[in-house]
This record gives sequence, C-alpha cells and structure tokens, in this order.
Amino acid sequence: MNRTKEIVVISGKGGTGKTSITASFAYLGGSEVVVTDCDVDAADMHLLLQPDFKVSEDFYSGWIAEINQDECAQCGECADICRFDAIPVIEGKYTVEPLSCEGCGYCALVCPANAIEMKEANVGKWFVSDTKLKSLMVHAKLNIGSDNSGKLVTKIKNEAKSIAESEGKKIVLVDGSPGIGCPVVSSITGADFVVLVTEPTVSGIHDLKRVYEIVKKFNIPAGCIINKYDINPKINTSIIEFLQKENILYLSGLPYDETFTKAMTNGKTIVEFSNGYLKEKIEESWDKILIELNKR
Amino acid sequence: MKIAIASGKGGTGKTTLSTNLSAFLAEKSDVVLVDLDVEEPNSGLFIKGELIKTEDRFKMIPKWDEFKCEICGVCESVCNFNAILALGKTINIFPELCHGCYACSELCPKQALPMIEKKMGVLNHFKNGKINFIESRLIIGEEQAVPLISQTKNYVDNNFNEDIIKIYDSPPGTSCPVVEAVKDSDFVILVTEPTPFGLHDLKLAVETMRVMGNRFGVVINRFGIGNNDVIDYCKKENIVLLAKIPNDRKIAEAYSRGELLYKNIPEVKNELVKIETYLSGPLKNE
Amino acid sequence: MKIAFTSKGTNWESQIDPRFGRTEYFLIYDDQKDEIIPIDNSGIAEEAHGAGPKAAKTIFDNGATILITGNGPGGNAETILKKTGISVYVGAAGSTVKEAYEKYKKGELNKL
Repeated sequence: MNRTKEIVVISGKGGTGKTSITASFAYLGGSEVVVTDCDVDAADMHLLLQPDFKVSEDFYSGWIAEINQDECAQCGECADICRFDAIPVIEGKYTVEPLSCEGCGYCALVCPANAIEMKEANVGKWFVSDTKLKSLMVHAKLNIGSDNSGKLVTKIKNEAKSIAESEGKKIVLVDGSPGIGCPVVSSITGADFVVLVTEPTVSGIHDLKRVYEIVKKFNIPAGCIINKYDINPKINTSIIEFLQKENILYLSGLPYDETFTKAMTNGKTIVEFSNGYLKEKIEESWDKILIELNKR
Repeated sequence: MKIAIASGKGGTGKTTLSTNLSAFLAEKSDVVLVDLDVEEPNSGLFIKGELIKTEDRFKMIPKWDEFKCEICGVCESVCNFNAILALGKTINIFPELCHGCYACSELCPKQALPMIEKKMGVLNHFKNGKINFIESRLIIGEEQAVPLISQTKNYVDNNFNEDIIKIYDSPPGTSCPVVEAVKDSDFVILVTEPTPFGLHDLKLAVETMRVMGNRFGVVINRFGIGNNDVIDYCKKENIVLLAKIPNDRKIAEAYSRGELLYKNIPEVKNELVKIETYLSGPLKNE
Repeated sequence: MKIAFTSKGTNWESQIDPRFGRTEYFLIYDDQKDEIIPIDNSGIAEEAHGAGPKAAKTIFDNGATILITGNGPGGNAETILKKTGISVYVGAAGSTVKEAYEKYKKGELNKL
C-alpha cells in the first residue's frame, strides 16, 4: 500500500482549467509529489511552477529520410514511390520535406544510388527540474510539426515513475494531454485515479463523455471537477447525472471566478493566490482524491 | 479564399470564432465551414443544417494473400511502423499502425499483399442557407488524423469554387495534424487569450506559421482578463491584431448553451465586422 | 516446456514486470533442463507503437508455451498470443519471478 501512486488530470476539451487545477494540486502536494506535464504539444505548467530545467535530453521517435546530394543521381525514383508527396524538386534537386516525411523508409529502399539515409527524428526534448515548490517535475517540449504519437508522453511518465520510486515520493501527478487521441491514452495508462476537469457547456459535456470512454476502457476510478459550474445550471445538472450514472466521484463545482485567471497572470497557482471559496473547493477536491488513492 | 483558424493553446475560442464568423459572413455570401478537428469536431454543436451527403473515408492497408505468400518476411523487415508481423506460418497486419506507405505491398516478391481500403472516418456535408458545413470525424480507434484532414480538404477543393470563402477550423496545438490543416491557406487567424498561457502558446503557434511560411494575424478572445502582454508582443513582432472579443460572463453563458454569439451581442458582432473588413480589404489587396 | 516471465531483472529474485510489450526483460525457463535465460526487451520497449506484437513474437520464437505476467497483454499482442497458442497467466505483479512460478504451480494465478 506504500507504493507510488499516480493521479492523471485530463479534460477532453481544452480551456477547462486542467493545467491551473493540476498546478494547485502540485502546490498542495508539495515535495511529496513528482509533477509531470504531459501536454507536450503546448506545455504550460512551467509558467506556474517555475522549473529550473536542470536536466535536458533530446528525444527521438521515428525517422526522417535524408538525401545525400553528392550521391544522388536525380532519377526521381524516390519521389515516384513516396505516398506522402514529401520529395519535391527544389532548385532542381530532389529534396525531402521534413514536415511531410512520414519516415516509412520506402525511398531509402528503392534508391538505386543508395543516396538516402533514414535518420532518427529528433522530435523534441524532455526535462527534469526542481520546481519553486521544492518538488521534482518532468516535462517536455515537442518540436513544431512533430508526430505526437504518445511516445514522448510515455517516456516522461516512465521517467517520473522511476524518479518517484527511487526518491521515495508518494505521488506522481500528471497534467494529461488534451483531446482523446494517443497522447491521452498514453497519459492515462497506469493511472491509479483520473481527474476529469470539465465545464457546463455543450462542448464540455460532449467532450467529457468522449474522453470518459477511454477511462472506462482502462477501468480506472475517476473523479470530476466542474469548472464555471454556475454559467449553465441545466448542463451542470446533466453532468452531475452523468457522473452518478457512471459512478464517477463528483469532486467539486468551481464557480465562474476571475481569480482563476488573475492567479495565472501573476504566475501563481490559485491556492497560493487567493484565500476564498475557490481555494477551499480545490483543497476539498484534493483531500477527496487522496482518500480515494488510499483505498487502493 | 482559404482562411484557417488555429491556436497554440486549446480552449481559446477557435470553434467559437469559426462558427460565428462563418454564420456572419453567410448573411451576405456563400461560405464553406470545414471542421478539421477530426478527433473531436465540435462546430456541429453550434451550426446545424440539413445533411446533404455522408461519405465513408478510407485509408489503404495491405491484405494478406496466404496462397501467394512464401513467408519470406520481407514485409516485416521493410515496415518502419511495426504494422506487419511474420509469425510462424502467418503474416499479421495491424491496421491502426499502418501509415499506408505501400512499401510491403510493392516490395513483396510474390505480390501477396495487395492494398485494400479500410474505413477510417466519416465526412458529413450539411447545408444551411448560404453555409455549407463540412465535418469529418475519425472512427474510434483510428489514430491518424492527417490522412482524413487531407482528404477532407480535397473534398472541399473538388466541390466548391475557388472564389468562395472557406473557413477551416483547425485542431489545437502545433503538431502534424495542425500543419496539415493549415498548409496552403491564404491566411491563418491565430486565436489566443490575453494570459500567460495564451501568450506562451501563441508564440509556439507563431513559430509554426513562420516555419510554414503562412500569412497570419491574431484575434484575442476574452479580452479584458489577464494582461496586455499579448498586445505588446503583437506590436513588437509586427503581427496584425484583427480583433479583440471581450470577456463577459453573458458571452460564456450564451456559448455554454450552444448559441451563436454575434446575433444578440453587438460587441461580438463589431469584432467580426473588423475581421471581415480586413479579409476583404487589406488581405485581398496584398 | 518453456515458460516466459515478464521481469524487471535477469534472475529468479527479480520482480515481475507488470507490463508485457514494454517489459524490461523476458525470462525463459526451460523446466526440462532447469535453465533460465534472460532476454533484454529494451529494443522493443522503446518502440512508439507495435511493441506488444513484437514481444509476443520474441517469446514465440524462443519456444515458450506459457506466459506469466502482471497486467496482461494489450489487444494486438493478445491476438498474436492466442494465434500462437501461448497460454497467458496474469496477476503475478508484486511477486518475484520465483514466487510467481510457485503461484502458477499452485494454480493461484488467473488464466486469461
């Protein structure tokens, strides 16, 4: 019962407040928590936790074709067989367009001059940092136009788990990837508890249901925070009914409150910045999550 | 004219802008609205219409012809995606991992892997007055957005006149589905919010636009929260700021109900007018 | 017969790795020769996609007819394992390889 446990916060739809809420949880968890920012496409947590990027590693995934122009006979075989239109002629030379290349390697196999090499694609960087909260943080930055396959997410989650185990930290707290694709699946794998952050809007409830399908498949217990719950009482009620039906723990409803953004603008988590109802509700949610975690 | 609506950060208001701008422009002229967020298309919650066409969309994957196959294993060795595995006397194909490069099929010495169609999504075409609304959706389990985004854009090119204004609601972020959605647009509108997260992700989006060589401008949504850093950034970088949609609880409430905003909220309509003026004026003339 | 274990190390005292496709090692135990051979799975574990089926192929090529693991294989790997006739036993996470083998012999593991 003393093994490291993992909490993953996801939202389906963007802009619900997932990252801000996760950052507040990181603050409440303090040095017992290893924080992981899995929103590698547009990572924002660092703006609130001020990590120091003490360790930085390149990350490779997949391949990119590269034509050695000295060996190239300009026959065009590569361009003919490429299904992704990734080898245009630029200034009279066949050239691989990195943003279009899928890394299948077919061109390299057919090149009669052996002029094409498949190189490992550097798709981003990952980092290990100390945060201003004296906790450890594992995060990453995906390069522009890269394939967000979930491999980088998996990598940083594994690193976070390793670090937590070797440092004796109790909790890995993951700011999950947005959406419902592979990165989200990679974010959720291995979680002990999933926190769903949603809002009472037609888009919010629609995306909540879609992302919950994935959580359900993995059979992971889940809780839900409804942000800006008071902007639409009718949909708020629908969401609560959905939670009851699916046995998802209702953690709290946060009211529409400018403090949310004011805290972020000041580079602070909500629980550092304010002393009011929002803080209370977030603390309450965190306590409920810890109780659930201890049950496993 | 092709206008893409994108953002670095999710939840900034891409779909809000795409749907409202389309409906607003459609009061006077034909508009095609295309939802390219194929994993999670949401525009259909705000724009309704009559379904005039629905088409299954396919990707190509290999199919194993066991009678021609000699289990030489070349297919497995040429596949860079682990989508084909030779095991004992069988060849096993994993469709969701296949990128459709055709290498295994074309390099098989026995022609034992013909390529066949596999459904990976659905394209729906709706019509409402002067709006043609195209929405594509990946089927559950299908991971690759890029082929469906590409096919949807081809559908639009094949079915509509070049002159008609087309608005592409892109997926959020800066990864390859966004690149696919946004490339070959005449102009990209980057939607952001005036907060540190908004600014940080806007910079990523701007970097992406510059790498791709796209013309772009910025719309600030929920203007009034946060600070002026986004405005200062745009000024410093010489990025045209097209509009500032105000922050207002009643706007959030209307949005939550799935309503179009500009019809009842003049402050929103004014901002759409500014965007329209730019698109039909300075942009056209450049 | 040969039994494959998913393991975090190379010997009987190693912890069972709960994962299949991305397990650190496979230990192949030949109960006739009473020999245990470790196989480093790190190459496959690093793959972005398709690790499961490749791992299944690894143990198949090594002649295993039984797999003892923690959480169990994912969808594609499960399909491959079924095809090859390898029996899968889950629930061994938290034990050492030795302990997992004892549990298997006593019928205490769940057969998939």
